[in-house]
Amino acid sequence: MSIKSLDPRVTRESLPEQPDNIPIKELNHWQTYEVFHQAKKGDHHAHVGSLHAPNTEMAVILAKEQFARRYKCVNVWVVKTSDVFTTDSEDEDIFETNPEKIYREASGYKVMDRINKFKLDNKVS
Amino acid sequence: MADDELILGHRNSEWTGLGPILEEDIAFSSMAQDKLGHALALYTVLTKMGESDPDTLAFSRNENKLKCCHLVEFPIGDYAFSLMRHFLFDEAEALRFEMLSSSSFEELANVAKKFRGELKYHTMHAETWINQLGNSNEESHAKMQSALNECFPLSLGIFEPSDFEDVLKESKVFEGEKVLQERWLQRVGKVLEKSNLKLPDIITVTPSYGGRKGYHTEYLQPMLDEMTEVYSIDPKAEW
Repeated sequence: MSIKSLDPRVTRESLPEQPDNIPIKELNHWQTYEVFHQAKKGDHHAHVGSLHAPNTEMAVILAKEQFARRYKCVNVWVVKTSDVFTTDSEDEDIFETNPEKIYREASGYKVMDRINKFKLDNKVS
Repeated sequence: MADDELILGHRNSEWTGLGPILEEDIAFSSMAQDKLGHALALYTVLTKMGESDPDTLAFSRNENKLKCCHLVEFPIGDYAFSLMRHFLFDEAEALRFEMLSSSSFEELANVAKKFRGELKYHTMHAETWINQLGNSNEESHAKMQSALNECFPLSLGIFEPSDFEDVLKESKVFEGEKVLQERWLQRVGKVLEKSNLKLPDIITVTPSYGGRKGYHTEYLQPMLDEMTEVYSIDPKAEW
């Protein structure tokens, strides 16, 4: 019995209604690549997701349509997931005391205040 | 040109949901959308020249009024066939629009320049796949070679000579199908060589002409019937 769909393109493929279970062998998937894209020149590349591909040429070609077919984009990077080295999620505690270290944040330096003060001083003099 | 884009875009969209890999399914469907966009832009140029609006042109003509080549009418077949068709057609399309971007017919030149980026990707995509499958293993190579043998005579129909060529050449609208075919042969020849695929000898092949004059294969009318099924229920409906 093959699938009868409202969509004629599906019906004419004569797909089996109860497909035999095809076990996915280990290593039957291609390696994954992480994809980054850049909205405009000079921007940082942002991580947008990942895809399967057999090699880097195919990864770039496929990445363009997976992650860069909408909105502004000027450039795409792909990196093999196995080349991305990360910190363990168990080691989250190394970042734990960050909120207490506001002396490390640039928000202490109020740029606009200084600029306005400078302008005011120069107008006066 | 518009008919080629419309029919091929429709055929390629038939792969949506059935493609061999998720990422490739998305890419192929996206390119089919691009093709339909090209068809729309070209029909719009015709509308400005006095023809009916794009929807009417696309959905209400029967096969004897269409001027697409035989290559684009064939059903999708297996993926090797569709990929090879995509490669051979898109290379020709890219070269044709490159030539037309310096046409004296300004409307067409502007449209041609707009397509350039999209066509660059379409050919990049096709070349990468042809390379990948041509060089992979015996099975992929054999499938690609047989797809090439099947597509080649059909693809020569893209360059069917037209009665109006001399006028077009003289007024510098278009350099002519012969020049285009030459450039195309050189271009695809290079890619196929890198992929270890053999281009059939052009002398031994009968080109599939007739499409430009309204003579089509048995595949076109059934496809048109399916494509226009919803539109035909009420051509005046508001979408």
